[in-house]
Amino acid sequence: MSSSFNKLFRTHRKIDRVVYGVSLFFAVLLLITALLIGFKLYQASIPSIKAFGLPFLWSTEWNPVLEKFGALVPIVGTLLTSFIALLIGIPISFGIALFLTELAPAALKQTLRILIELLAGIPSIIYGMWGLFVFAPLFADHVQPWLIENLGPLPIFGPLFQGAPLGIGILTAGIVLSIMVIPFIASVMRDVFEIVPDMLKESAYALGATRWEVVWNIILPYSRVGVFGGIILGLGRALGETMAVAFVIGNAHHLSASLLMPGASISSVLANEFTEATGKIYNSALSELGLILFGITLLVFLCSKLLMKQLHKR
Amino acid sequence: MSFLYIKRRLINVLACTLASLAMLIGLIWLGWILFSLVKNGMPGISWHTIFSITKSPGGGGGLLNAIAGSFLMVFTAVLIGTPIALFVGTYLTEFGQQSRLAKAVRFVNDILLSAPSIIIGLFIYQIYVMQVHHFSGWAGSFALALLVIPIVVRTTEDMFLLVPDNLREAAFALGAPRWKVILHVVLRVSRTGVLTGILLAVARISGETAPLLFTALNNQFWSANMNQPMANLPTVIFQYAMSPYVDWQQLAWSGALLITLFVLSLNIVVRVIFKQKPPIH
Repeated sequence: MSSSFNKLFRTHRKIDRVVYGVSLFFAVLLLITALLIGFKLYQASIPSIKAFGLPFLWSTEWNPVLEKFGALVPIVGTLLTSFIALLIGIPISFGIALFLTELAPAALKQTLRILIELLAGIPSIIYGMWGLFVFAPLFADHVQPWLIENLGPLPIFGPLFQGAPLGIGILTAGIVLSIMVIPFIASVMRDVFEIVPDMLKESAYALGATRWEVVWNIILPYSRVGVFGGIILGLGRALGETMAVAFVIGNAHHLSASLLMPGASISSVLANEFTEATGKIYNSALSELGLILFGITLLVFLCSKLLMKQLHKR
Repeated sequence: MSFLYIKRRLINVLACTLASLAMLIGLIWLGWILFSLVKNGMPGISWHTIFSITKSPGGGGGLLNAIAGSFLMVFTAVLIGTPIALFVGTYLTEFGQQSRLAKAVRFVNDILLSAPSIIIGLFIYQIYVMQVHHFSGWAGSFALALLVIPIVVRTTEDMFLLVPDNLREAAFALGAPRWKVILHVVLRVSRTGVLTGILLAVARISGETAPLLFTALNNQFWSANMNQPMANLPTVIFQYAMSPYVDWQQLAWSGALLITLFVLSLNIVVRVIFKQKPPIH
């Protein structure tokens, strides 16, 4: 009797140890894989790093025939499109979050929230197609001529809006990206707005504050850190987005002052050129672009981690 | 006094109007995109489109091999990724908890979650495609699996953490071995949540294009061989949409409609049936 119990006990101990071992193994494997991503990208970029050195970061040249490469155009394209996306996306997301928490009728709240979140579910390639075939032509016919005519001649901002109404380009990519980041930012903002204690809001209302004053003076200061967190989440999305941008940015390797001209982003260059890249240096330069993108998103990620830490401290 | 009052009222009305406008803009984007998809994609949808394979321009091809390839790769990716992710999630909540290793794994998992998917494709290209010297369905699956893992790890951990320790302790007190507690108590209680995570991961990778460009590539012909380049819906859409041929562009729209319908219904099913806010966006 006792020996059979011991046997059973030992069997279960053995299974326990196996479960522990396998879990530990995969956890460590995940850790190694993530480190390996950075290392492999670096390894693949070594020829390019050796050939071009640091000036790779600020050279605008991109010549596969002469094998001369520089990353400035795609870096600027990535940062600029993401910046435009945030510029448009933040106010709209703020409005949506405000509407969902303070204005929407209770019966509609859930449905509206899900509809906005569905925007995040649409695959990015769909945004790209829609941007290229539906949005860009309308934009070129109806909006860009107006921008060129009315904003082009302005003294400081003018050069940003000069050129031909092509439809595609940096500005179009930024606008399409803004649609993609809205659900992410709005959803985080809504979450942090919801956790503002009702007591605080009601006190302000009792003192005669208007709805807007409650939002601006109570809700926003209270949820500041979370709002920043949401914005950074959106930024991370925008920086790494590939397909939507690849369709509409125009894929031109030259730097232009005008937002209406075609450009390139790191991810769009990778998507368009990687499989066709012949030659070691070309391939390696593309990998280095990937490494730079990974670095940028890592930086953004670390910022958001720091912010979230602050959020949890309170 | 009354001027200040009017001013405050006006600002308030203005702010509320702008907020409603923002909401409207969001809904208009969604409606506009869906409308364009239906309008451009619907005319191309027929049994023929779904049940014949891609052909050269003007050849009257369909999307069968792309749909099958996508399905196969997504299925394999989930099959590879889910067990790994479940074990990692188990490690994080049941074994590692607040240890230094667990914290590191959690941190790294968040990095993977936020890494651009094209970087994942690049990585699989370096470690797999470069070694075997050809694009393949396997490479595509590995890339997708690497996208599945962080999502499922995160949801699994969140769901496991929601299981009250009382339940675990009660099971232990009855003499249950650890693996039984994990399998029959922790996993059982949180299975809905874990399933939600898996479905969301499927929704996420079904439309992913960037990581497949350098891994599965594409295949014009019927192929169920995972060791060969494999046709898949997103890449076919990308290629066909960018092509100058009208019938290919039509197929791209139809494919886009199919994929969006699939992904959005999955999203809705997850939200409606499980009545739960997805833990990850």
